[in-house]
Amino acid sequence: MPPVFGVLFDGLAYGMLLFLLSVGLSVTLGMMNFVNLAHCSFAMLGGYVTVTLTNDFGWPFFATLPAAFVAAAAASAVLEQVFFRRFYNAGELDQCLLTIGIVFISIAAAAYIYGTINQPVQLPAYLQGSIAFQGLTLSIYRLFLIGIALLITIALVAMLEATRFGAQVRAAVNNQRMARGLGINVDALFALTFALGSGLAGLGGALAIQLVGLDPSFAFTYLIYVLIVVSVGGLGSISGSFAAAMLLGVSDVAGKYYVPAIGAFLIYLVMVVLLMWRPTGIFGRRA
Amino acid sequence: MQKALSGFAGLALALLGFGSANAQDSVKVGLIMSYSGQFADTAAQIDNGIKLYVKQHGDTVAGKKIELIRKDTGGIAPDIAKRLAQELVVRDNADIFAGFALTPNALAAADVSAEAKKFMVVMNAATAIITTKSPYIARTSSTTPQLNYTLGTWAAKNGIKTAYTMVSDYGPGIDAETWFQTGFKEGGGQIVGSVRFPVANPDFSAFIQAAKDKNPDAIYIWIPGGTQPAAVGKALAERGIDPAKTKVLGQDALGDETALKSMGDASIGIITVSDYDYTHKSPLNQQFVKAFNDEFHRNPDFFAVGGYDGTHLIYQALNKAGGKTDGDSLIAAAKGMAWESPRGQISIDPETRDIVQTVYIRRVQKVGDRLENVEFDSVPNVKDPAKARMTH
Amino acid sequence: MTSATIAGPHEVLRAQTRWHWSEIAFWLATLLPFVLTPTYLVLGSQIAITALFALSLDLILGFSGIVSLGHAAYFGVGAYTAGLLSTWGWGEPLTGLAAAALAAGLFGYLTSFIIARFRHLALIMITLGIGLVLQEAANSASWLTGGFDGLQGIHTWPIFGALRFDLYGYTAYGYALAGLFVIFLVARRLIHSPFGLALRGIRENNQRMAAIGAPTRAHIRTIYTIAAIIAGIAGAMLAQTTETVSLEALGFQRSADVLVMLILGGTGRLYGGLIGAAVYMVARDQFSGLNPQYWYFWIGVLLIAVVMLLPNGILGGLSLLARRAKAMS
Repeated sequence: MPPVFGVLFDGLAYGMLLFLLSVGLSVTLGMMNFVNLAHCSFAMLGGYVTVTLTNDFGWPFFATLPAAFVAAAAASAVLEQVFFRRFYNAGELDQCLLTIGIVFISIAAAAYIYGTINQPVQLPAYLQGSIAFQGLTLSIYRLFLIGIALLITIALVAMLEATRFGAQVRAAVNNQRMARGLGINVDALFALTFALGSGLAGLGGALAIQLVGLDPSFAFTYLIYVLIVVSVGGLGSISGSFAAAMLLGVSDVAGKYYVPAIGAFLIYLVMVVLLMWRPTGIFGRRA
Repeated sequence: MQKALSGFAGLALALLGFGSANAQDSVKVGLIMSYSGQFADTAAQIDNGIKLYVKQHGDTVAGKKIELIRKDTGGIAPDIAKRLAQELVVRDNADIFAGFALTPNALAAADVSAEAKKFMVVMNAATAIITTKSPYIARTSSTTPQLNYTLGTWAAKNGIKTAYTMVSDYGPGIDAETWFQTGFKEGGGQIVGSVRFPVANPDFSAFIQAAKDKNPDAIYIWIPGGTQPAAVGKALAERGIDPAKTKVLGQDALGDETALKSMGDASIGIITVSDYDYTHKSPLNQQFVKAFNDEFHRNPDFFAVGGYDGTHLIYQALNKAGGKTDGDSLIAAAKGMAWESPRGQISIDPETRDIVQTVYIRRVQKVGDRLENVEFDSVPNVKDPAKARMTH
Repeated sequence: MTSATIAGPHEVLRAQTRWHWSEIAFWLATLLPFVLTPTYLVLGSQIAITALFALSLDLILGFSGIVSLGHAAYFGVGAYTAGLLSTWGWGEPLTGLAAAALAAGLFGYLTSFIIARFRHLALIMITLGIGLVLQEAANSASWLTGGFDGLQGIHTWPIFGALRFDLYGYTAYGYALAGLFVIFLVARRLIHSPFGLALRGIRENNQRMAAIGAPTRAHIRTIYTIAAIIAGIAGAMLAQTTETVSLEALGFQRSADVLVMLILGGTGRLYGGLIGAAVYMVARDQFSGLNPQYWYFWIGVLLIAVVMLLPNGILGGLSLLARRAKAMS
């Protein structure tokens, strides 16, 4: 197989990671219109939980993944109850300021507790290395990442389409006022969805360490990529986030392989062009 | 009345005398570094080197007390760096500027150093032109040409005929690419291709694949520290680059301790060029590493040693100048100063005021159960080649 | 319903254009640093420049509803224009400003065609995208921009041949303050004109404005170009007073910072950007002096405190308190 397929495989893995990091923000932004710029702080929290559990407590990597999810979900639930709830009716700009304040605090806290150094992660032996396949070298970790992300995607879609909770979520995203009018407890629904989305971000953060590293500036750096995925995919859409993440991951990697001179700005150009063509996102609702 | 007047006079004299004596009793050193933001770890290590030196040698030099004033630039911010330097002069009456992890900040502060005639010690920023911006600047770290030109000539002399270069697309990376290629081509080598990565690039697999396609003897990589070295190492392993067959060459950051830990055994065989590694075998270095670990619970690196040696330069220049703090006396004292640093013998070139030192070529090997950079070749007394060519 | 009890629209508008005593006090207070805190004049000049930049963002965000995450693009274009002019041998400051205004305005005019067509999240992300693409382009064109190291060799000539840019910053502060004041007057006049009213209408309800026949896109293009010109002037001033320009002048960090400052001060109030810039930069300077490594923790606390206690920014919160006080008395 020509090497471009190996490169595409890497792009797919990167795209899956972006999806895990972004899906939560897309759904919560679409449902409640709450601008949560602190979304990647929860991802960072998940990453640091994994680092602490493997390095200081000797937990196996696999076991830390649910822990990262739970920790991020719990932290976001607490913040949501204590802080965010009061600002659902505040202006978007105030929400921005509030969540940016939280990002600053989270970065300072991470720098203080863990230092500014890049954190390594201990992978179990069966996740290291690569396998040869049709003349390509495929990284085992990236296979694992793609596998987990696909499982989660299937679970999310199943939940959305086949469960009552999912139906309520779809209703609330579609028309919040009507959903309330039908007696759906949108506030409780939102709290749960928020926690779920942040938990997924935490999981994404934990999985990201091996691929892109972890340091306190993670909360800001990945915010830009997440915002790109969310806006291109369309607010409130899981399939939109998935498509956008794949598109961006693959075009980023392909751009770097074929046209490295503009590889850097390809992802931004792709975003601008896609948004100009479809301002509400690929699968977003028409205004 | 007489008594009151003389009392006042006495008090005034005493205050004046007390005031000026106080000012003369302390030397204020303004540390301008990126304590927060992306480059915070670099600043932290430089600061650790400074703190260790002060702890070991006390804070009194030539009868005066050293006072350190720390100012944060927040990252790359030449307008802020320049303002901080100005404020150090007008508000704090600082005598010396030091630190400078980043080139744009150093260049901006250099203007103030030149105008206010202040001695300035650059402890990390590595672009060659910095020392030309003010006659009062001395550098104790390294310059990008110094390290990469040496690596290029070494590579050509040691059996590497073709190379593919990959660098980060910004100042220091482009600088490194230029000087490695110059050294390599002058030594008879051939560059078969080159690419520049975007600065904040998280994923290197596409670039590494393109390099592999060209099948060179060696791949030369330059990336800044932080999260990138580990990401590169993993991409190398994933794309199946075997350092035994295709040599991987790089500068110090590629062989950084955390990078090696992240890369694991995939890093064995990577060759890097540096002015310092904590495994350097000398009695002075072993003491230095132990003291550093006792104090900060981590190993020193080339950033830390830049800070340590920079502080040494400040102390010795003050001693040699008899405690005088003006720029002219201090820079005159600094020129030509030579001493043994934990990295080996170093000196300050009297013509360019830049550092002259031994450049080491190291290979990553497993020593016991740790991955270390083992020095296996070196080039002593390397001056900065960029400035050497400027004058000739 | 007599007209005596309801103020006519003309009276209301005219009342808004009168100078309130607090405004006069504010501008007089900006002269105090010359005498009270002369060692802070360099910081003062950078605050004035950032305030001007924030004012330009307020014109598009606060008054016209265009949220931009890439406004530093115009600041950077202005900065590099003035810087390049100086490195090519022409360091006269005022003509440098004019050149920067022209370059930034042109770039603003061209991009305004894209900007005017979008709203909401798409608009935010497109402005972000434009800013990021420009940053990468400037990095690649290092033969022109000096790349990472920045532009070297900028030397600003004394203003009117007499006022040299000194180490203390007297000239720098005076220059920046004068520029801020003059442009503020222009912006104030603009906001209180029929054009300004139309902009506020567009902010409140774009579709309805179009329905009543207002040329909404043309208006947006106009205000966007004006904002770009002002941002370019601010950038040029920074380049001239610090004699440095580097890539972060048009970077995402700068765009994000000015947005935070504007929201902090309060959008849509002309003074919001000025207050926000002053508060943020003084707080940052003080916090980082006390704690160089973790000062942004305290900035985070400050931001959250302001959001919780003063909704709609400092000025928004203060006006709310003033209204409550008036209602109670």
